[in-house]
This record gives sequence, structure tokens and C-alpha cells, in this order.
Amino acid sequence: MSLWEYANPKKFTETTARVLPVVVPLAGACLLAGLIWGFFFTPEDYKQGSTVKILFLHVPAAMMAVNAWIMMLVASLVWIVRRHHVSALAAKAAAPVGMTFTLVALVTGALWGQPMWGTWWEWDPRLTSFLILFLFYLGYIALWQAVENPDTAADLTGVLCVVGSVFAVLSRYAVKFWNQGLHQDSTIMKVGEKDPLDPAYYWPLIFCLAGVVLMFVALVLLRTVTEIRLRRLAVIEAREKFE
Amino acid sequence: MIALLLRDLRIAFRAGGGFGLGLAFFLLVAVLVPLGVGPEGGTLARIAPGILWVGALLACLLSLDRIFALDFEDGSLDLLATAPIPLEGVVAVKALAHWLVTGLPLVIAAPVLGVLLHLPEAGYGWLVVSLLLGTPGLSAIGAFGAALTVGLKRGGLLLSLLVLPLYVPTLIFGAELVKRGAAGMAVQVPLLLLAGITLGAAALLPFASALALRINLR
Amino acid sequence: MMPELGKYAFAVLSSYAVSLGLIGGLVALSVWRYARVKRALTAAEARLAKGKRA
Repeated sequence: MSLWEYANPKKFTETTARVLPVVVPLAGACLLAGLIWGFFFTPEDYKQGSTVKILFLHVPAAMMAVNAWIMMLVASLVWIVRRHHVSALAAKAAAPVGMTFTLVALVTGALWGQPMWGTWWEWDPRLTSFLILFLFYLGYIALWQAVENPDTAADLTGVLCVVGSVFAVLSRYAVKFWNQGLHQDSTIMKVGEKDPLDPAYYWPLIFCLAGVVLMFVALVLLRTVTEIRLRRLAVIEAREKFE
Repeated sequence: MIALLLRDLRIAFRAGGGFGLGLAFFLLVAVLVPLGVGPEGGTLARIAPGILWVGALLACLLSLDRIFALDFEDGSLDLLATAPIPLEGVVAVKALAHWLVTGLPLVIAAPVLGVLLHLPEAGYGWLVVSLLLGTPGLSAIGAFGAALTVGLKRGGLLLSLLVLPLYVPTLIFGAELVKRGAAGMAVQVPLLLLAGITLGAAALLPFASALALRINLR
Repeated sequence: MMPELGKYAFAVLSSYAVSLGLIGGLVALSVWRYARVKRALTAAEARLAKGKRA
């Protein structure tokens, strides 16, 4: 029994069919519990008022935006090194999910920033990094769509993902440096950083985080199976054309 | 390899090779921005480092798809791939040729455009230094993007989408270097980081580019 | 039942609306594509099986 057994598309599809009925309700339950708890039953923050309720969307989305890219990096590396097609397809399947989470993090951030900081957008290091991350997702997805041969596309996007990861990390540090250089005494507080989170917000947030992770797993599994079937479909159609 | 470099340079300089296009574009950016922003010297001086860097970056981007496209179309890239010199070396030479044709003229022209944009006097030296250090990195990164998109029919737009995010660190450190230099602040950190990124890109990216080229030539 | 959101009602409500809309759209799209591809593949496999017998 080894992990690589699941690189077999058939085995992967079968396992997914067994795993999904467990993951989907669990993800739904966690998300529902976390969001309802967060939205209806949390007190107002003494500084931020009711906007603190955005926390339960913003933080999980931001976390998954980064984690999705890391998962794509791992999947791309597995594809490049071990040539398992399922791995490349999983990376492809994860990209739009990661991009959506990035977008959610950006939009909720803007909506939160407007009443708190008095501006929709601030060139704060964190915000800027996320915008750049969004651009990386865009480029990655665009490359997948532009290349016709599926194996070539998988290889090229894999290389892009690895190189892009290095540059994404570089950009993160560059952006931190750049903003420090611009305005030393930034009035922007750092959202979600080490300020102790009130216990009233702690548990609903945990539920939301767990729910989002589970939802990501479910979505990626679902989309990967879709991609596997699309491949199979393309093969059958090509054969029919040939006959 | 030197023969390859000379050949690339000859192709670029002959009619229709696209030499000078980037330079003209750079000039246009430096003329259009004051027209858009307004003629106040103070404002221009403040944004000059950023404008010059963004202009140089876009001018660089303009000619990237030519790095491999012509050789891919007439098949000489296949010959180069099977030639005794390693493909990594070919990529490095082609990036170098791109830099000599596009980057170096930008470095030389930048101080003149700095005058147009009222760049503070202390900034000129740092402007040249930063571009000299940064543009080879832009060419190396650009060659990677060009290698990824070489087989595509409408690769130009995609190439920009792929390459521009990769240019972010170079742009930030380059422009920051000029800004600090012009303001008379310490420049060591952006200087070293800019040089580090260029050296790293020039040393490592040819391997990734050659890998992408091999995939595309398969 | 509705909590008192005060002057930040717009920010909070629109955040929830936009986020749920985006994620809901993604889920709907994924599920729809999954179902469509599954249907197409089943049809293709059936054709293939028939072709083999004939």
C-alpha cells in the first residue's frame, strides 16, 4: 500500500467517489456552523464594530489562497519528477479555486478596509502581495488554456508554477521592503496579526477555517475527476474520428 | 556560441530586425507621462524613477517574443537544440543578445530621458547603475517567458501576462534604488538585492528556459 | 433574529454576499461541469462498448 497507488486515474476516481460523500457534508456543516455562529452570535468588537464579522470570510479565504498555490507547487513537482498525470490535473483543477479565494480575500479586504481605514485600497504589503498572487494565478490559468497539447500544457505550467513560486516569494519580500521605504509611519494596522484574538471569535473562526480546507479538498477532488474524465473522453472521441 | 551571438546581433540590426523599437517606445513613455501628469517639475521629479523604470520594463517586454519566435518558425531552433552546444547556453546567449539590443540602449538613453522628467541630480548615477544591474535580469526572465510561449500562435499577450508578475521584484528594487539615490539615502540594500536577483535569474533561469524549449520542441 | 450591524451594515452584508456569491458560483460551475462531463463520458463509453460488439 503506497501513496502512489492513487496516481492511477481509475483508483483515484473510485476513491474520490467514496471520499466525497464524507467530505462534502463535513465541509458544509463546518462552514455553515462557523458562518452562522460568526454572523449571528458574535459580539461587536470595541474598535471595529460589526465589521469584525468579515473576519470569518476574509481570513479563511486568504489562508486558502496561499495554501492552494502551495498545493499546486507540490502537485507540479510530483508531475515533473514522477510523471503522474493525475498530479498535473490536480494542479490544473486547483488553480481556479485558489484564484477565487484570492479574489474573495481581496474583495472582503476592500469592503473591510473602506470603513476601517477610510479607503477601499491601500498599497499595504499584504494587499499588494495578494494582488500579485492573483496575477500569478491568472497567468497560470491562461497558460493552461493557451496550449493545445495536454501533456505540453502540463509540463509548461508545471515549470511556470515552480519558477513562479520562487518569484512570488521574492515579490512578497520586495513588496514588504518597498512599502517600508515609502511611508515609514503607516497608520494601517496589521489585520489578523499577533494581536490576541478575542476568544469569542476564536471558535467560529476555527470552524470556518476547517470548513474552507474541507471545501477546497472536495472541490479539487471533484474538479480533478472532471479533468480525468475529460481526458478519457478526448481519447474516445479521437479514436472514433480515426475509425 | 560567439558565432551565435554575432548572428543574433546581425539579425537584430538589419532592416526589420526591430532594433530601436524599444528605444523609441521608451522615449514615447517619457514624453507621454508629463503630457498626462502635467508639467510641474516637483511632481515629475518625484515620479521620475518609477516612470523610467516602468518605461524600461515595458520597452524590454516589447521585443521579448522575438527572442525565439523567428528561429522557431524557420526551424533553426530545432537545429540549435540538437547542436553540440547545450541548449542552456543557447538560451543564455540569446538572452544576452536581447539585452545588448534592447537593454543596453535603454541604459544609455535613460539619463537623457531623466532630464525630460526633472530627475534630481543625485539620481542620474544610480539610474544608470540600477538599469545596468536590472535589465540583464529582465532579459533573462523574459527569455524564460518567451521559451514558455514559443509554440503558441498568439503568444504575445500571454507572454506579457506571464512575464510581468515575474518582473515585480526587479522593478521594485530598481525603482527604489533610484528613488533612494536621488533622495540621498542609503542605497546598499536595494543595490545588493537588485544585483542578487539579476545574478540569480541569469544563473538559474536558462535551465528552466531550456527545459521549456525542449518541451515545446518535442 | 438579524443582528444589529449598526453603521457598518453595508460592509458586512456586502462582504458576505460577494463571498458567498463567488464561492457559490465556483461550486455551481464545478458541479455543473462534473455532471456534464460525466454524462458525455458515459455516452461515449456506451458508444465504444456497442462499437466493439458490432
